[in-house]
Amino acid sequence: MSEFLEFRDVSKRFGTIQAVDSVSLGIKKGEFFSLLGPSGCGKTTMLRLAAGFEHPDAGRVILDGQDITDLPPNKRKVNTIFQSYALFPHLTVWENIAFGLRVAKRTKRDIETEVEAMLRLIRMGDQAHKKPDQLSGGQKQRVAIARALINKPQLLLLDEPLAALDLKLRQRMLIELDMIHDQVGITFLYVTHDQGEAMSLSDRIAVMDSGRIEQVGSPAEIYETPRTSFVAAFIGDTNFLEGEVTGLVESEYCQVKIADIPGLICFNDKSMKPGNPVYLSIRPEKIHISRDRPEESPLRNIVPAVVEDMIYLGSTTKYWVRTHGLRVQVLRQHFRFFLDEKPIRWNDDVWIWWHGDDGFMLDRYRAVDEHLVALPPRKVGEPEDNNEKS
Amino acid sequence: MRRSRFPFFVTMAVLFFFYLPIIILIVNSFNASRFESGWQGFSLMWYKRLFHEPEIWRAAKNSLLIAASATAVSLVIGTTAAIALHRFARSRLQRFHFGLVYTPLVVPEILMGISLLMLFVTAGVELGLFTIFLAHVTFCISFVAMTVLARLQDFDESIVEAAQDLGAGWWATTRRVLLPMLMPGLIAGGLLAFTLSIDDFVITFFVAGPGSTTLPIRVYSMIKYGSPPLINALSTLLLVLTFTAVAASQRLSRSRR
Repeated sequence: MSEFLEFRDVSKRFGTIQAVDSVSLGIKKGEFFSLLGPSGCGKTTMLRLAAGFEHPDAGRVILDGQDITDLPPNKRKVNTIFQSYALFPHLTVWENIAFGLRVAKRTKRDIETEVEAMLRLIRMGDQAHKKPDQLSGGQKQRVAIARALINKPQLLLLDEPLAALDLKLRQRMLIELDMIHDQVGITFLYVTHDQGEAMSLSDRIAVMDSGRIEQVGSPAEIYETPRTSFVAAFIGDTNFLEGEVTGLVESEYCQVKIADIPGLICFNDKSMKPGNPVYLSIRPEKIHISRDRPEESPLRNIVPAVVEDMIYLGSTTKYWVRTHGLRVQVLRQHFRFFLDEKPIRWNDDVWIWWHGDDGFMLDRYRAVDEHLVALPPRKVGEPEDNNEKS
Repeated sequence: MRRSRFPFFVTMAVLFFFYLPIIILIVNSFNASRFESGWQGFSLMWYKRLFHEPEIWRAAKNSLLIAASATAVSLVIGTTAAIALHRFARSRLQRFHFGLVYTPLVVPEILMGISLLMLFVTAGVELGLFTIFLAHVTFCISFVAMTVLARLQDFDESIVEAAQDLGAGWWATTRRVLLPMLMPGLIAGGLLAFTLSIDDFVITFFVAGPGSTTLPIRVYSMIKYGSPPLINALSTLLLVLTFTAVAASQRLSRSRR
């Protein structure tokens, strides 16, 4: 299937800031696509380039085979849901929704039937004559959605649409957005800094940082096989382990020496050779922890450790253990917390182990990305900088 | 704890100084006395006399004509200036522009009057209603621009983008979104321009020609050569008119919300 919306080598600079740095990206028809990244990463600029509010310094924007780079916003079959909703304060809900049709000079009867249909879709028929400042945040959000959808856009742009809502409402709107996407079947380009939103809604995600795309993939690909330390640390929690390849095991695995632990098995999808330095990312929940030494197995890495910190989180417990001078984060799912075994406590000697496939080699590592990982708690009296790994 | 009486007295004193002269003026307009030498009984004679003074009505007509046209023209120019100042706020040229628009607010009126007079004389423009109109537009623009600019500054820019996004071109955006949202600012700016124009004396005095007397100038000459009680009646009428206009505009802007 060919690309529906395409950014070809697009760049945009504001003053001294390179907001978007020669980005190429294709989005398929009907897809729910998210641009995910921290504030200032260029994701909103990408959206504004698609909407036509910004003109790229270089590169083209293609929609459905047509070059729309030079089209003004009002000539594009693209509609936007703004972060601030941007409802017209002087118009009623009804008139807000009807705006696009009025501008398009549609007949009175058309406008009436379509607005009523939209009001039913967002279940706000009884609020039609209120002004925006009489609505709650969730209602404003729904009006903004209806107002954008009534023009039957080919592409709907959503700029952090849930950022202004409280947690419960956000979860409800998340489900509603997903339902609306299924119902109308148009392409969604969703901009967010919230990995949870992006993961639960998207077909595919592009993770952005400093005006560049770090990785594009399905939520599972992004989470399970992060290519860079930025992606690994921005989405979910992780451990970064620096090591060196010391030998090859069969064709697919290699031995890695991390700190002074030799012979750790790791999946070698990057075709590393002995002597190559590697950076591994291992998700905390992939590491197992127990008081008893687990059974040996060819692809299992087993290391003794000491518990330094722990936080009980209800369904899970997070441990920070120290082994060979490394501090490793482990997340353990509980089944029956009090009955399973004698609970693990501070300063207990434990075993941690993980499968060779769960340590993932990164293409690119930057020390600053360590700061994106949730910092472990500090012990009382411990100096500030002790836990920083960089 | 007993509250201090001091704020109460200060308030009363301020109100007293503000409104006593106006009250005296209103009361005196109903005074039968020819000179302001004490109360000689209630009378509407000055109001009756007012209707037989063609000079006053001609001046009033001039004033209204100038105020209305100066308001209309300065609203258009002032609003466009405000939009330009707002949209390109960061460019150096617009900061200079802001200075230019702002200056007439602080330049002494007498200076403006003299300079305008010199300009008109040098340019060979015949002094009259037209020159008064031009002079009034000059200073009204600044007031309109500043009022509208204040309104624009707490204006969510994405609302304009939303209109464009929904298919509205330049004109539709202006008519359906920008103007309705700026309306309170436009009403306020227009009222300000109108009142400033209708009671301007200093500048008008310089640029008025023979036969183009406005109300303030007429009032001034009446004080000098005519009958003060007549002015009391005229002022009272103007006061009633102003209050009605302000009350109406406030009502209008409230019902819009």
